[in-house]
Amino acid sequence: MRINISQKKVRDQFVAKVEELSGQKILACYQCGKCSAGCPAVSEMDILPNQVIRYIQLGLKDELLKSNSYWVCASCLTCNARCPKGIKIAEVMEGVRQILLRKRKDRIHIPKLTDKQKEEVPQIALISSFRKYTS
Amino acid sequence: MKISYYPGCTLKANAKNFEDSALCSLKQLGLEVEELRRWNCCGTVYSLATDDLIHHIAPIRNLIFSKEAKAEALMTLCAMCYNTLKRANERIKKSRDDRDIINRFMDAEGLAYEGDVKVLHLLELLRDEIKFENVAKKVVKPLKNLKVASYYGCLLVRPKEIGLDDVENPQVLENLMTALGADPVDFPYKTECCASYQTVDNPGIVAERTYRILTSAQRAGADVVSVSCPLCAFNLDDRQKETVNLYSDFKKMPILYFTQLLGIALGCPEEALRFDLHGVDPKPALKQKGLL
Repeated sequence: MRINISQKKVRDQFVAKVEELSGQKILACYQCGKCSAGCPAVSEMDILPNQVIRYIQLGLKDELLKSNSYWVCASCLTCNARCPKGIKIAEVMEGVRQILLRKRKDRIHIPKLTDKQKEEVPQIALISSFRKYTS
Repeated sequence: MKISYYPGCTLKANAKNFEDSALCSLKQLGLEVEELRRWNCCGTVYSLATDDLIHHIAPIRNLIFSKEAKAEALMTLCAMCYNTLKRANERIKKSRDDRDIINRFMDAEGLAYEGDVKVLHLLELLRDEIKFENVAKKVVKPLKNLKVASYYGCLLVRPKEIGLDDVENPQVLENLMTALGADPVDFPYKTECCASYQTVDNPGIVAERTYRILTSAQRAGADVVSVSCPLCAFNLDDRQKETVNLYSDFKKMPILYFTQLLGIALGCPEEALRFDLHGVDPKPALKQKGLL
């Protein structure tokens, strides 16, 4: 895959918005990969957590938003606990989710859930799913 | 110390076995807690976005009610409630701006809240206030020869600032199991995520997590896995149906709340332990060890 990097992309609003919503300095990451090594959800992700950070560093917004990784992250905070630079990767994932959710780009559509799906799970599962996946 | 008890939604429904066994155990230990009046949802997940103050109001409202009830601490059982309440409490303790905004928003309650009610998990109450050695003295039925793998999940131990034990290698549940006469077994997946709320729309991920976590506990020799979160309990217990379909070598195993094991050891009647609410029936394993 060919990726174009430009100053315009790196200085794009998107990068600033992720930093603002997450409260994290994305450029502090030196790509050691410890977050991805310990992430229990990587098998379901199409790009790794450290790659999510790298894409944001390079302003690769479209490429990042095409991935599923920030939706798969369930904020278990293992990466946050282990990052040697103290970056809260889970907060970065939340920042990306929030940018989409605040434009009403919901991950799940509640009316489409079946009664069985809603009835079988505990209440906290539904509430946290709606909190994380809907605007 | 006056303690208010915050059950949260799930303990009143799917996880009635968690609530009943905990309340019975506390009674056996001679401790009374009063359920918080007018409690509301804690929000289940702590909002991670910097500007999302509105979602911290629900947990803070519960703490305001605790203060109104003149309680020094608010005790929870559910790991999600514990995490959300405690993090919101720490946030407004640290940030004067956030505290002022929330207090102004909540002015109808007529009480300024400064973060002064302590959020306490039952495990902390047992470990730090009652102390495990005193729990051990009240054991009438030791959990002899029962090999218990304790699963913490995420929210009791992370983030470090609010975790009730070490972030990578917590021991509190194992120490409690030792006090109850059980044999705790260590396993490497005890703080690994169960995939949480993805159980709603993507149970396949949960089934995979359940497979990894439970086979690891089985390899360590565990008879049962004990949990402290109703969502972990659902994912590890009820989702075993899906796990069996996906992994032919998977063997089902019983999942119990730590309070149910506590309740057995302290002599709670079976009605309070509610073994009827499990996906995988734990009774055969408990009977085999002579505990029922």
